Amino acid sequence: MDAHIQVKNLNAYYGKQLALKNINIEIPKNQITVIMGPSGCGKTTLLKTFNRFFELTENTQLTGEVLVDGENIYNKDVDVTEVRKVVGLLAQRPSPLPMSIYDNVAYGMRIHHLRKNREEYKTGVKHYLEIAGLWDEVCKRLSEPATSLSIGQQQRLCLARGLAVEPEIILGDEPTSALDPISSQNIESRLLELKKQYTTVIVTHTLRQAKRLADYVIFMYLGELIEAGPAKEVFSNPKHERTKQYLEGLF
Amino acid sequence: MNFKKKHFERRHLIELFIKTIMRIALIIVASSLGLILWTILSRGLPSLTWDMVTQIPKGGYYMGKEGGILNAIIGSIYLASGGTLIAIILSLPIALYLQAYAQDSKWGDYVRLSLDVLWGIPSIVYGAFGFALMISLGLRASLLAGIIALALVELPIMTRAMDEVIRRMPKDLEHAALALGSTKFEVALRVVTRQMLPGIITGILLAFGRGIGDAASVLFTAGYTDRIPTSLMNPTASLPLAVFFQLGSPYPEVRERGYAAALILTIIVLLVSFGSRWLASRLNKYTVK
Amino acid sequence: MNQVNVIKTIQENRTKKNIFAQKIFFGITIFPVILTLIVAIALFFRAFPILSEYQLSDLLFGEVWRPNQGLFGFRPFILGTIWVTTVGVILAVPACLLVSIYLAEYAHARTRSIAKPILDLLAAIPPVVYGVWGLLSIVPFVDDVLAPLAEGRLDSVPLLSVTQPTGFGILAGGIVLAVMIAPLIISVTFEVLSTVPNDLRHASLGVGATQWQTIRNVVIPQTLPGIIAAIVLGASRALGETIAVLMVVGNVPNIPTSIFDTAYPLPALIANNYGEMMSIPLYDAALLGAALVLLVVILIFNILSTLVLQRMLRRK
Repeated sequence: MDAHIQVKNLNAYYGKQLALKNINIEIPKNQITVIMGPSGCGKTTLLKTFNRFFELTENTQLTGEVLVDGENIYNKDVDVTEVRKVVGLLAQRPSPLPMSIYDNVAYGMRIHHLRKNREEYKTGVKHYLEIAGLWDEVCKRLSEPATSLSIGQQQRLCLARGLAVEPEIILGDEPTSALDPISSQNIESRLLELKKQYTTVIVTHTLRQAKRLADYVIFMYLGELIEAGPAKEVFSNPKHERTKQYLEGLF
Repeated sequence: MNFKKKHFERRHLIELFIKTIMRIALIIVASSLGLILWTILSRGLPSLTWDMVTQIPKGGYYMGKEGGILNAIIGSIYLASGGTLIAIILSLPIALYLQAYAQDSKWGDYVRLSLDVLWGIPSIVYGAFGFALMISLGLRASLLAGIIALALVELPIMTRAMDEVIRRMPKDLEHAALALGSTKFEVALRVVTRQMLPGIITGILLAFGRGIGDAASVLFTAGYTDRIPTSLMNPTASLPLAVFFQLGSPYPEVRERGYAAALILTIIVLLVSFGSRWLASRLNKYTVK
Repeated sequence: MNQVNVIKTIQENRTKKNIFAQKIFFGITIFPVILTLIVAIALFFRAFPILSEYQLSDLLFGEVWRPNQGLFGFRPFILGTIWVTTVGVILAVPACLLVSIYLAEYAHARTRSIAKPILDLLAAIPPVVYGVWGLLSIVPFVDDVLAPLAEGRLDSVPLLSVTQPTGFGILAGGIVLAVMIAPLIISVTFEVLSTVPNDLRHASLGVGATQWQTIRNVVIPQTLPGIIAAIVLGASRALGETIAVLMVVGNVPNIPTSIFDTAYPLPALIANNYGEMMSIPLYDAALLGAALVLLVVILIFNILSTLVLQRMLRRK
């Protein structure tokens, strides 16, 4: 297996409380990895350590390593913004920036000076809106505020915004939980389309979504990693008792 | 791939620069407090004597002879206490009403807006208003007039502080009491008052501190005298005005005493401020958070 | 009487008490709502003699103030107020915005918990103490440090040439005012900044923006009306500040042309002349008219900024 992210001896604390206990895991390249588990098991916390969002919460502490392409992103001389450029995040609730639809997508490109002139920005914005499956719906109203879009559209806009900085990894923190079924489906099919080019890590609370998306599965419980492996194996033949119970819907 | 930080990239330099000037700005603001306190302490302390806080001005005091400013200290305490008392009588029901009946109503919005507007009216205008009332009614400057002017200055400060703290109070408790069959009035009076206690105390002390230091409102209304007032209709001295008048004196000794009076006033205000902080934190232990 | 009835009566009493309390409390809430109006009307009523005798424009723009000759021109005082307030606000705003952004966006909880009491204390210090500080520190500072620095170098620069040698004047007043209004501007701006949901910050940080890029592109545009309202609130506080300014600004009714000039702001005019105003005809009406002018300007500033802030802060 070609690992894109490697987690080594990772412990995470909120204040004194241990939220992640000695996590060791490798996340395969260009596949969809789904992290699942009951609420409060630390799955979102784990995800947030991959783009160094965990440290945005005050009074947190972290030990261990997270390696992206073999480089520890918690090294002292690492540039957080470079990490976050490579590791994009699709949040739980769509959070369009308070600017136009166009500027939302162009935002990250401008920050990183990824284009040279106006024309290039235009084609860039169009490109990523197409990938996110939003272009046809918004091509006539690019200068309208992003908040005028429906929630489902907003989430696809956030996807386009994230892709526009050319990441290699997409993190999704329950990215469909705020959406209606049709919008959810839309996002899911985008993610399936994109997995050839991007390593994707999704946190989900619904088992069915996990089954639809996952190539690789991580099961967590109370801050510990219980089981990880290719989706087919874990779903059909879980090795651990807890995983079995979870898959059977016992908790 | 390489995540190594390029420290000399433009945006990192800007980040560093901004953070640095922000810290400098914070240090400037914080040190201005230090500078003020140091100035008052170092200039006020040398001329601060026991006589100053225990005696009223004797003959020739304002030419550098013996005496003190007990009249102003007592006068200020009378003024600020009276003003605070009247302000409480008005503030408490308003704060309770805003909480119990008008949490999200239009009228509640008007009342809050009015309080914010009143809070912004300078005390010299309240003083002028008090003066306008006095001459209309044919009254002279007196303790009572000063108290009324100060009550107006303090009212919005006190009510806003109370309202602010109550609004932050957890709502579950109140709903629990409502579910037990209390009327809103009873909820307001029992639960809310008990829960509000830190807020009420904070509001009262905040307003008292403001009242005792306010000069512009009592300038017109309370007058100034060397005697300690014995009735509400007497004029009275006040500490801020004692500072102000002594500083205007041509005699250096009197000006020095003005600095000492400023020190006394500062100490009182700081005590009130620390006191309210301490009380609020103590009371907070006994209320549900 | 059976038990049910007893309970019923108690219930009724309690309900009555509730309604009664509500009515009384409601009655008291009317007071703050109409108080502003009462103050304005009372001042207008007392200022009426002079308002009926002179054109309003003559009063506001007249340049000569000689009450014993019946000349009541407010212009020097209005300009003095504008000058001192402007200098104070210009000095205060950059530092205040930097501090509030730092506290809201960068500082650790521990730094905030140290900064807050400091700001509270700055806000609690009485104006007259600020005045003493201005007199003892700022006036000599302007006289010994700033004026010599500017002298000779800035003489040709309008607004900055050194014109009089005492240190008392607009600059000293402005510096004192800047420190006085700083806690207000900082705390209101801080509150406004904290209305920005963290999701928005994270959306920007998530694509690899630095914190300052996030602040400049997301946080500030989102809160700009509130930040402006905070500054306007600070300005209106500066407009009405009396004692502290009065003690350092020089109190000469001239038309200022430089920040080193003396000035005579409206509140100082009112405060300085309360003693003698009853002896000259129309003098008291003129001074209460000055208070009315001050009140009206401050009300406009205040109501506008409060409306903006109420809308912004409720969104939380």
